[in-house]
Parts: sequence; C-alpha cells; structure tokens
Amino acid sequence: MADNSARSVVLERIRKATGNASSLEAASAEWDELRRGYRRDASLEHDELLELLVERLRDYDAQVLRVGPSGVADAVKAMLQARGVRRLVVPAGLPVEVLPEGFEFIVDAGFHPAELDAFDGVVTLATVAIAETGTVVLQNTPGQGRRAATLVPDYHLCVLYAADVVETVPEAMDRLQATATLATTFVSGPSATADIEMTRIKGVHGPRFLDVVLVGGGEAN
Amino acid sequence: MSGTALDPRTAPVFPMAARAAMGDTQLRKNVRHATDVIQAKRARVVGEMPDWQELRESGRRIRQHTMEHLDVYLEQFEENCTRAGGVVHWARDAAEARRIIVDLVKATGSDEVIKIKSMTTEEIQLNKALEAAGIHPFETDLAELIIQLGEDQPSHIVVPALHKNRQQIREIFQRKMNLPDLGEKPQDLADAARMFLREKFLRVKTGVSGANFLIAETGGVCVVESEGNGRMCLTLPETLITVAGIDKVVPRFQDLEVLLQLLPRSATGERMNPYNSIWTGVNAADGPKAFHIVLMDNARTEILADEEGRQTLNCIRCGACQNACPVYRQTGGHAYGSVYAGPIGAILTPQLMEMEHAQSLPYASSLCGACYEVCPVKINIPEVLIHLRNKVVEQNGIMNAEALAMRAMGIIFQSERRFRAAQRMGRLAESPLVRKDGQGQGWIGWLPGLLGGWTQVRDLQSMPEETFRDWWEKRGKNGR
Repeated sequence: MADNSARSVVLERIRKATGNASSLEAASAEWDELRRGYRRDASLEHDELLELLVERLRDYDAQVLRVGPSGVADAVKAMLQARGVRRLVVPAGLPVEVLPEGFEFIVDAGFHPAELDAFDGVVTLATVAIAETGTVVLQNTPGQGRRAATLVPDYHLCVLYAADVVETVPEAMDRLQATATLATTFVSGPSATADIEMTRIKGVHGPRFLDVVLVGGGEAN
Repeated sequence: MSGTALDPRTAPVFPMAARAAMGDTQLRKNVRHATDVIQAKRARVVGEMPDWQELRESGRRIRQHTMEHLDVYLEQFEENCTRAGGVVHWARDAAEARRIIVDLVKATGSDEVIKIKSMTTEEIQLNKALEAAGIHPFETDLAELIIQLGEDQPSHIVVPALHKNRQQIREIFQRKMNLPDLGEKPQDLADAARMFLREKFLRVKTGVSGANFLIAETGGVCVVESEGNGRMCLTLPETLITVAGIDKVVPRFQDLEVLLQLLPRSATGERMNPYNSIWTGVNAADGPKAFHIVLMDNARTEILADEEGRQTLNCIRCGACQNACPVYRQTGGHAYGSVYAGPIGAILTPQLMEMEHAQSLPYASSLCGACYEVCPVKINIPEVLIHLRNKVVEQNGIMNAEALAMRAMGIIFQSERRFRAAQRMGRLAESPLVRKDGQGQGWIGWLPGLLGGWTQVRDLQSMPEETFRDWWEKRGKNGR
C-alpha cells in the first residue's frame, strides 16, 4: 500500500544530510547520556501535594471533594445531585461500591456517539494525577474505559485515589511507561478555548464540567 | 488576504505586505492585545518553574539528538506503529502528501472529513486539494472555523484567528451559521461553534489531523489541544488520517516529560493544556478502526543538511517567539506570506522553500533576540537569521548594488588614507542636503536613491565638522 520509493528516497536524503546512517545502538547509547537536570522527584509531603492538586483543579473550576475510603458513594451522590445529572454511562470494571443508589448507571456497551450524546454524564477512575499541573490521566483500562465515553457526555466525574497522585510530570510519565501503548488522555480541567481575544471560555466540545472525588490520604474535608 | 492561501511563492514581499498591515489599526490593536495577554500568562507560569532553564536545555538536547539520528527513529516509529495496526505512508513533498491523503479519503467513500487544527495541513494547502476532489473539510478548532468560515488565513501558529476581535467573529458566524441574533460575548460565540460542529462530530466518518509528537519507542502519536475537538476527531470517526513532518518524531515516551512541560507553558501560558491525547495504532474497542499516518519530508531534509540551519527543525510550534517579537506584534502574521509567521516563520519559510522564495523574510527582524530568550528548545533564531541573510547575499551574486556598495566600503575601511578621503568626500557631498536647526546642529531630511531608506521615517544627523582623529592630532600639536 505504502509507496516504497518515497520511503527510501526520504531515508536516503536524511542519511546524506546527517552524513551517515545511524544505528539504534548508537542512538540509544547517546540518548542514555542526555542531560536531565530538571526536577524528576517530588519535593512535597504527600498531603501537601494532594492539597496542591485540589487547588490546581479548583483553578480550572473543577469541584473537588475529599473523602475517606468508606465515603466515596456518598460523595459521588452529592456531586451528581449538585450538578443535576441522573443518567450516566460508566465503563466496564468500575467498582460498584463507588456508585450510589438513586441514579441510572449504564455500562458502556460500545454505544454509538449519538447514543453517548444522550447521557447526562460519565463516571470513571483514573490511572494517575499530576498535582503541579492539575492533570488527571485516563487510560483504556477497566474502570476508565474507552475515550469516547469520557468525551461526548457533558459532565465527567472522576474518582481518584490518593495513592495515584504524584507531584510532577516526570513522575507521572514514569508511572505510565509500563502501559505507554494504551490509549491515553491527559485531562486538565474542562474543555476550554482562548481563541476569541484570549478570553478563557469553558466548555467547547469536550465535557463542560469536570469534578473529582479524591479518596484517602489524610483527613477528608 | 481573503480566500487565497498564504503561499510564499506568490505572496508579496514582507516590506510591501507589512506596510499594508501597518495601516490596519484594528488588526494591530487585536494582535497587540492578544500577544500581550499570552505573554503575561506565559511569564507567570514559566516563573513558577524553578527548573525552567534545565528543561529548556534538555528540550534542546533531545531535539538535537533526534535530528542527528532521524533515520533510525523514523524507522523505529514506522515499525512500532505498523505492529500496532497503523499504516505508515511516506511523502517526499507536499504534492505527494496531498495525493496520498485525498486517495485515502476517497477509499473510505466519505465526501467530507472533520479536521483538527494542523499547521502541516495548512503548509501543504490540503483543504484546497480536498475540495478539488469533491471532499468537504470541516475545520473543528474554533479559530480554524473562524478562518474557514471567514475565508481568511491563519496569522499565528497557536491562535490562528488572533487578528480577529469578537465583533468581527460574530459577524462571520451570523452570516455563515445563519444566526442573526447571535450575541458577541465569547461564550455565545463558543456555544454557537459547539452547536454547529456537534452534529458533524457525530456523523462524519473520516478524521484528518496533524501531530505534535511521534514516539519512536512505542509507535504512538501525541496531539495536544484545548477544546476537545481534537479528541472528537481522533476518537469518533471510523478512519483517522494523520499527517506529520518527519521532524515531529521523539525518541522515547519518557521524552514527553520534558516536551509536555515546555509546550503548554510556552504556547498558551497554561500549566497543562486541557487535553493531550496519545494513541498507538488501532484498538478494536476504542477509536478509529483504521489509522493512517503520512510522514512528510517537504524540504525538511534540505534544512537538516544545513548544519547551521538545522536547529530550525527543533521547533515544537509553540508560537512563543511570535508573541515576543516586536516585528510580529506590529504587523501580525499575514505579512509573512506563509502559514508560519513571526521569527520562526522568518527562518522556516525560506528554508522550506529551499531559499528560492521568501528571501525578504530573514530581514524581517531587528535581531533583538527576544525570540531566542523565550524559545522552549533554545533555537538561536537570530543566529539562523544572519546565516540565511548570508545565503541570500551569496545568491544575489556580487553584481547587485548592495553587494557593490559593501565591497566599496570594504576597500575604504582597509586603508586609513582612503577612509579619511571618504570622510572629506562625505562632508562635501552632504552639504547641499544639510539644514541647521535652532541649536546649530545639521540634519539631513532626504537622501537620494538607495540611501533614501535611511531618511524615510527619520532625519539623519549631518557629519561633524571635525573628526575625533583630526581633533586629537591638533590637540597633540598644541601641547598639553
């Protein structure tokens, strides 16, 4: 299918331009020696970085509730009630204990985008969260599901465990390395744009509302 | 600018286009406001980072290392992407890339595509080629939608419609979306775009995107965006076609820990942009069933071959240099006659044109260095500008007026006798043009011919009656 002559011409041009054909061994050896003087580890105590995450998420206008392990379903209920959402899609593998009574939770059966559009919202877990940037990272795993389900509905509630929160981007990439080939989405606040006079507007095409229930790690408030 | 694509082969030269832009006060006001806001936001979030300079240095080294081993990393990317179910295509130039993409869309049977903002598709004028083949491209980024509906051209890498204000955008939307009662609050305008595009996201079966990073180690692709339109285009269609310059590859997944810190803070002044998507090939239960990626050269290897110009390829398209540039901030992007405007455009465009067009762009700079200072991967843009000016001079040959004048200057400066004679000649030659002001200082308000450029916008002081050397020698003779 692909045009092989274009491939060989482009690669040949590159080798001519750089002066030699490189090898993966040579490149890897050099890559290992690249300078990395930036911060790669946490500098905060774990409780402090949870606070930082909460602050950064609220900066993006996300609502955040902190609860102990037994209070998750109640917190989810409070969030959903406050947002006035009733009918939600959930990915397969989401633990039932996070879901409260009194709402309609429907497991994603590979719905068509138009069907997803008819849901009020979605509830998921997350793989890792980055305190410094207020980012939640989702991957295609049980409890997080496929990307379309966290995109089309207008409301996203993410249940996040304190143990999965790191301070910096390098720590997060380190945790993601083992599952790097899974479909991965970094979410930092609700969908937004600044295309009109650099005014930040929330909610263009992705969910207009993102909330987080942060479970564990010190006292709930 | 309406309708016609920004093509360096046909665009007016920068000084002409800039003069027209300078006369548009609304444009200048819009550009100044937007670049002021982004610069302030960027400065705030960059200031938060104690290791910003180390990140820049690592970013530079990662990009430089990648270019030195580009063949290996592209092959590794191809192998891993193919293994994951993607189909990799190679394109020598823009025409080949367009042909591949048009054929792929035709093969899906769609006569429409949804598009993510991509400067690479602007570079190759993909929309025109799609339309010529009877395929309608829907731009889904808010700014690109404004540009497309307004039959306009992008003027900034990151915020392509920053030259339009809310009233102008409302007018376009009212007309093209048939919404006579649309308000002018940014929120109203964004809501209108959401309504207008949602139906297309849910219906159109083919998506076209660019890419921010190609990950050699995994075969994955990373796209960085804000609105969620990118996620829509990457996730909902049945077929996804991505086009990327060969310079977009990075060695490993871990390298994103540097680039994903540098890019959002430099581009939009955010700690992280709302959405980063990373996908690897095809996943039966998540996203498109078919994924094609076109790896395009289009003169990038020409740039790679030039050791001094090569650092241009390190660019990660953040646009920080545009916001910081005192020239761009006055003229806006269209004057550069290319989708890549500002300082990066001034070095990238002529090189992409293999120095055959856009030769005035390396001169569209005061060499103040603001672009270098904000560049997240430390591209020394002033150095490359001077390098390209050298190339332009070499191309122009030795028989043009400027080269002859410079050669004459060189000869004069080589000898003290000739230098003194030239000074005497100068004083004599200028005398009919000098007018004295109230303090007895002489001024020249007009110079003839080529020299006229000097006096176009300012007066030139006349030469002093006596040079320092003359004064010094006289002083020595008179005793101390």
